[in-house]
Amino acid sequence: MDKPFAITLKPGSSLANHTGSWRTTRPEYVDRLPPCNAACPAGENIQGWLFHAESGDYEKAWHALVENNPLPAIMGRVCYHPCEGGCNRQHMDSAVGINSVERFLGDEANKHGWKFAPAAATSGRRVLVIGSGPAGLSAAYHLTRMGHKAVIYEEAPLAGGMMRFGIPKYRLPREVLDTEIQRLLDFGVELHLETKVTDVQEMMKGGFDAVFLGVGAHIAKRAYIPAGDANKVLDAVAVLRGMEDHDAPLLGRRVVVYGGGNTAIDVARTAKRLGAEESIIVYRRTRDKMPAHDFEVEEALQEGISIKWLSTITEAGMGERGDDIMVEKMALDENGFPQPTGEFERMEADSVVLALGQDADLSLLENVPGLVVDKGMIQVDAGMMTGHPGVFAGGDMAGNERTVTVAVGHGKKAARAIDAWLRGEQYAAPPKPELATFDRMNAWYYSDAPKTMRPVLDIIRRQSTFEEVLGGLDETNALFEARRCMSCGNCFECDNCYGVCPDNAVIKLGPGKRFQFNYDYCKGCGICATECPCGAIRIVAEEN
Amino acid sequence: MSLQPVKFYQTGTFTVGNRLLAPEERSVQANMQRTSSLNSGHRACQGCGEALGARYAIDAAMNATNRQLIAANATGCLEVFSTPYPETSWQIPWIHSLFGNAAAVATGIAAAIKVKKQKGQGGDVRVVAQGGDGGTTDIGFGCLSGMFERNDDVLYICYDNGGYMNTGVQRSSATPPAARTATTMPLGPEPGNVFDQGKFVPAIAMAHEIPYVATATVADLRDLEYKVTKAMGIRGARYIHILVPCPLGWGTASHDTIRMARLAKETGIFPVFEAEYGEVKSVLAIRRPLPVEEYLRPQKRYAHLFGKSPAVATIARIQALADKNIRKYRLQARQGEH
Repeated sequence: MDKPFAITLKPGSSLANHTGSWRTTRPEYVDRLPPCNAACPAGENIQGWLFHAESGDYEKAWHALVENNPLPAIMGRVCYHPCEGGCNRQHMDSAVGINSVERFLGDEANKHGWKFAPAAATSGRRVLVIGSGPAGLSAAYHLTRMGHKAVIYEEAPLAGGMMRFGIPKYRLPREVLDTEIQRLLDFGVELHLETKVTDVQEMMKGGFDAVFLGVGAHIAKRAYIPAGDANKVLDAVAVLRGMEDHDAPLLGRRVVVYGGGNTAIDVARTAKRLGAEESIIVYRRTRDKMPAHDFEVEEALQEGISIKWLSTITEAGMGERGDDIMVEKMALDENGFPQPTGEFERMEADSVVLALGQDADLSLLENVPGLVVDKGMIQVDAGMMTGHPGVFAGGDMAGNERTVTVAVGHGKKAARAIDAWLRGEQYAAPPKPELATFDRMNAWYYSDAPKTMRPVLDIIRRQSTFEEVLGGLDETNALFEARRCMSCGNCFECDNCYGVCPDNAVIKLGPGKRFQFNYDYCKGCGICATECPCGAIRIVAEEN
Repeated sequence: MSLQPVKFYQTGTFTVGNRLLAPEERSVQANMQRTSSLNSGHRACQGCGEALGARYAIDAAMNATNRQLIAANATGCLEVFSTPYPETSWQIPWIHSLFGNAAAVATGIAAAIKVKKQKGQGGDVRVVAQGGDGGTTDIGFGCLSGMFERNDDVLYICYDNGGYMNTGVQRSSATPPAARTATTMPLGPEPGNVFDQGKFVPAIAMAHEIPYVATATVADLRDLEYKVTKAMGIRGARYIHILVPCPLGWGTASHDTIRMARLAKETGIFPVFEAEYGEVKSVLAIRRPLPVEEYLRPQKRYAHLFGKSPAVATIARIQALADKNIRKYRLQARQGEH
């Protein structure tokens, strides 16, 4: 007996007592889908790249970003950021400025000349990409990453599609576009300019294993407006395309733009910058019905663009000099559709620009059997494949929502499907985790931090030059903005679960490795889940 | 301010850890090498606030003293659930004697260490005494007051859960007004615990003009660690009073323990402050002001206040107590502080 007086048992540890047996519910770590990612048409893992940006590792953040989207500097300028519309932070103060951080990362990459990570081993397969717009570039990029040879045929003398011939310079400076396209070419994408494809089937026989169509929608829709000779009636596509020519289009002193989409706004703002004293948009419905994005309408109004709501143009080329137009007042019926009122007004206009939407030029597909075209759009399956096996399509020609971001998403989706198709398989997207909604989070843990506003070009220069309107963030405020991210639904290693467990039953695995529950001792109290800021822990009932 | 000195916009500034901070700026609880002084396998209820508060406090004290620490424990939940003979969860030298004498035992240990040091034996070992509100505000109060008055070199930590919980939730002098316990049933014209003079031991400790008195909750880890660390840097009698919600005695969900502590602080029910030599030096201001109802309603011990016709007058009296705390300790949310 080596025990002290009156002691009969050796001291033991409570670790012998497996309190995990008390448990009726158990915590589990989960990765939920952040609402920004869920909303992104390009399928970016936004929370994922912001995570790296938060620690100031911008290069790693950029690499994480370009896993899904090869055009961040462009996207950070022209995207309508549906991600920010989904952002949970808006329930606290305001959405994280995802778009501005994306642009910052894109610009950093361009400044430092960062290159894409090396592609997979060459597969020996060749894919023809028709059109060098965002859909084509995205498809070519992802195909190259997967080891396939992507060859782009572009009809125009310069690459970029609508990003070059549709989006004005004050929204997307051309050197940004050129730099990001050049990075794709350096990566191994082959580009042939001024090469028109007239017969897709012929091309497929000529050494290509699959085709991706991304020819866009370049043909302006017309509306019949009786017009005399003197009055100039132009279409928006031609005007914006003409901006890339040596001589800018002559629009005159008083320009009327007919339409209510983003293109109408672009043309009106361009006209102002070209020296028009008055730039007027005529739109048949009301502001809340306008398809153009509200912030663009706002920017246009700031620049002195006027908008005539509830109006249609019924006649142009009137009067002695032929520069008058007739506008009819409209009224919305109970279904929200504009109906004519019979009330007319005469307006002076040196030119009328029609911005009534665009159609795709599908002439190159006339001989391809199996293709289905509905309402001017080519029909595709979930993997972006058309009715003709091996022919895929995306971008403006294949969707209702015609934005750069959607096109980039189409390109990626199609590339995955093409890759699977080339191997004789069908691409199956991994199941989506459940959404990280705000009610699953504990917002107490996030400190107040209002959104950083981007610098905006002063109004005089906005009315007279094509300088970029919206400025970028610098390193300090980009870091601030990135750190406003709440990492919804995905562990950001805040150590809360490790700290708040009364039973010391959370094992910290070290930086980057997250945590593990020690179910031998976890009593299932659920404090970890309640106090997890980002909602990355769920509680499930024990089975027995 | 008694919080971490980091830029306010850090993601998760209020969290236990923060990967964006330098390791030395992170909390003790975020450290993989923390002592975990109160280890797994203890028999506290699910979601026990006292088990959590004790690990927070003692880990911080261990960290502050380079692990040269002895703890004396009063009888109570903490002692019963951590050390059923012959097992223990404690990872530190720890002694339990009686219900009412923890402060006196700690005084004796401190005296012994002092003598040994004078004889050139042993290093600089520090002493902590700890107990629940029963062992502190009721049964051990005489010894505690003596320890304060003699200014013995002991940090006394009281884990206040507002009652004698492990014997079946009986009233203590720390049980709040109107709360239901086994001995203050919700019966008669004034159901639950009486509204009497109250016995707020931090104020009594301050009246002894000891070097350091502080309050804390398990909802503000950074603040709690800061106060324990500061206390261990001071010689003489020190007192820290930590609010630790009790799912069993309060009738709250086990996962709401930290939330309840946060509500107690945010409603002004429990003032969080620190005082030196009898004077309040700083307070943890309210961040998102709330009416006391938010704190009372989730607790079954107040369920009788929210029956078919809510006890408006009683709730108003509790609100008045919270308002008095807010006035007295200047707890109002301040612009620019987070």
